[in-house]
Amino acid sequence: MELEKFIEKLSDNFEDTEISELRTDTIFQDLDEWSSLTALGIIAMAKTEYGKAITGREIRNCTTIKDLYELIINK
Amino acid sequence: MGAFIKAVSYYLPEGTLTNTDLARLFPEWEESKIEKKLGVKKRHIVTKDETAADLAYMAAKRLMEENCISEQSIDFILLCTQSPDYFLPTTACLLQARLGIPTTAGALDFNLGCSGCIYGLALAKGLIEARIARNVLLITAETYSKYIEEDDKGNRSIFGDGAAACLISTDGMAQIGEFVLGTDGNGAEHLIVRTGAARHPDKTDKFEVDEEGHKKHDDHLYMNGGAIFNFTLEKLPELVDGILKKNHIDANGVDFYIFHQANKFMLNTIRKVCGIPVDKFYIDMTQTGNTVSSTVLIGLKESLDSGLIKKGDTVIITGFGVGLSWGGTCLRF
Repeated sequence: MELEKFIEKLSDNFEDTEISELRTDTIFQDLDEWSSLTALGIIAMAKTEYGKAITGREIRNCTTIKDLYELIINK
Repeated sequence: MGAFIKAVSYYLPEGTLTNTDLARLFPEWEESKIEKKLGVKKRHIVTKDETAADLAYMAAKRLMEENCISEQSIDFILLCTQSPDYFLPTTACLLQARLGIPTTAGALDFNLGCSGCIYGLALAKGLIEARIARNVLLITAETYSKYIEEDDKGNRSIFGDGAAACLISTDGMAQIGEFVLGTDGNGAEHLIVRTGAARHPDKTDKFEVDEEGHKKHDDHLYMNGGAIFNFTLEKLPELVDGILKKNHIDANGVDFYIFHQANKFMLNTIRKVCGIPVDKFYIDMTQTGNTVSSTVLIGLKESLDSGLIKKGDTVIITGFGVGLSWGGTCLRF
């Protein structure tokens, strides 16, 4: 499933968080490791893996990992 | 006639801010993580009484001493800074007197940030090829630490103060190739110090919180990291392509790349997006941080000293950032 692949790619941006903690309903901004640098990593991932430009504001407006996936896919 | 880089040097102020210092100031900031992500161990920071002009003076002095360049031989000074000593007069004029460069020399400042070194080389090449000058002293000097708010841990972790100096002449070690330049003033808001100059002379002591949750203080340096990142990921691949085309070379003909050293994390991503091999791509800001307009010249000096760049090499250099402004060229050693 595409969403699983997305989570796999997303997990590269988290070094201290187990991939099992990254589920579709995970509120990613609540993760201990979350920082503005993680957001930059996701901006880079959207660009390099999906060819989409997303903003920090759009990421902040997402709640779950599924929201984030849909944000990028629907760009 | 061509224009050549004849010599390069740099100077960093004595004061430092280490990751240990930062972790002490911001307990939520992990010391090892700062280095891992940003690629910076320490940054050099000026004292309250030290200015970009002081750093510029020291860098120029060092350049002249290391390479036996006489003050008398310099007939043009170009200073890139966004931290002048005064609104007027021009800091480059002050440096002419301080360095003992002849009064027959031309001198001017230009206000750019991370693209500044590239624009300086472009201006210097123009002066040389138009026979306006024969020996141009290009200095890049910046002290962003004076603009950054004390509790802005992100920017304090990234930026360091410093200056670099370079002599551009009718002969030398590297011929300066064709340039690709670009500007997008619509992105001005993304990296800005809003107050203190003519548009908003009075400090407001106000801030709002931006889209990434960072304080956007009117009176201090503000950077929208995400927007700057997207801009570079968008522009850099076409910039590199443009430089290759304009200089009639293909990627295989490039021996080394030195890009503006923004931070390690961003450079790694840019490298991947541009499809550049790891071993041809310079990343080193461990001892300096992002010194704005000086990173490319510092990288050049370090690469020459360590043998990463050799005679016969073709090197692509680029700068990008505040403005928004970007540019690049090819150097043939």
